[in-house]
Amino acid sequence: MIAAIRKLVVQVDEIRMEMGRTVTPPTRRAVAMAVVANPYAGRYADSLEQLTVIGEELGALLGAKCVEALGIRPDEAQSYGKAAIVGEAGELEHAAAILHPKLGVPLRRAVSKGAALVPSAKKVGGLGTAIDVPLGHKDAAYVRSHFDAIEARIGDAPRANEILVAVAVTDSGRPLARVGGLQLHEIKGEDGLR
Amino acid sequence: MIEIRRVFTQVEDIFHEFGPPPSKPLRRGASVAVIRNPFAGRFEPNIGSMMDELKPLGLELAHRLIATLGTAPQAIQGYGKGAIVGAAGELEHGALWHVPGGYGMREVLGWQNDTGSDPVAGQSGNALAIVPSTKKVGGPSSALDVPLTHLNASYVRSHLDAMEVRVPSAPLADELVFILVMSTGPRIHARLGGLRVEQIALWDGQR
Repeated sequence: MIAAIRKLVVQVDEIRMEMGRTVTPPTRRAVAMAVVANPYAGRYADSLEQLTVIGEELGALLGAKCVEALGIRPDEAQSYGKAAIVGEAGELEHAAAILHPKLGVPLRRAVSKGAALVPSAKKVGGLGTAIDVPLGHKDAAYVRSHFDAIEARIGDAPRANEILVAVAVTDSGRPLARVGGLQLHEIKGEDGLR
Repeated sequence: MIEIRRVFTQVEDIFHEFGPPPSKPLRRGASVAVIRNPFAGRFEPNIGSMMDELKPLGLELAHRLIATLGTAPQAIQGYGKGAIVGAAGELEHGALWHVPGGYGMREVLGWQNDTGSDPVAGQSGNALAIVPSTKKVGGPSSALDVPLTHLNASYVRSHLDAMEVRVPSAPLADELVFILVMSTGPRIHARLGGLRVEQIALWDGQR
């Protein structure tokens, strides 16, 4: 692994009640975060190849961490998302190099299938900066009950020469989802949309 | 009756902090329950009975935290606890957590010497130290720095630490956030002397 990881953080958020109503079964969202050294901090580089490789490594690692934390089989995962916060000695494009070219394939392997786009967010930030990781159904992007987000944040990261990378996986949609749209049981899961 | 709205867990592996990485990374974790505050919005003089009602929650969070850390209870070296009270409550409601949270965790870790571990001579049990704590009144997403100390001797300097815990969107005004934290070792690059783990001799919870 070429990713130089300083820290890994894994969180599980289980919601059992919302507005006084019991959520059955509880919704569960996991977010796994890695804090890695940015090999391009402080300089402009034309090729961002090393970050692309780091993204591939973290797609596998963080995807597996989420599935493990939820205690589910890969095919029980329902939605996913990804995000990165680049420390201030880096540039926004560094987040893109991690997230977009190669992170998706190993993440999809970790959750099985994954026909849909992995929704994403990115920003430049400092220690304790929070990012809202968008969530969408992994096989059909239009499943409205699964449009959601989960916050990712680490108090002491990213330092200026670091990047915080987050992957989120759930086994459920929003608690008490009731605004219609494409339903879970209606999806075909072939074109990534419906 | 205790109404649990959310359960939140966090585990972190710290490999280094820009110094030489130790052979084993430091693992720290938190387990958190977000519950309804039955006393929100009024002054209730008699709140003490809720401590008994919270006992099962203390045990549940302690067991859940150990499972989340993926380690044996005997591998836990540090602990702490904390509470965040939503805006319609008072600080005293956070104090309800001291007994059920602290003793729940100490019970699971064997302070009455029932862990089946092999204690050192003179050691009367495991988890002998007072559980350090912080509490505050705060809004949704408030962060709490939860202190950690060595679980058998509060003065072990290498294990004096703190872990920030924060549940996005909680506590709402009528909620309470109750927190337990545990760690599997000293600060990642601890090197400031003081009482060392192998020097614990009095087994009085302090030295």
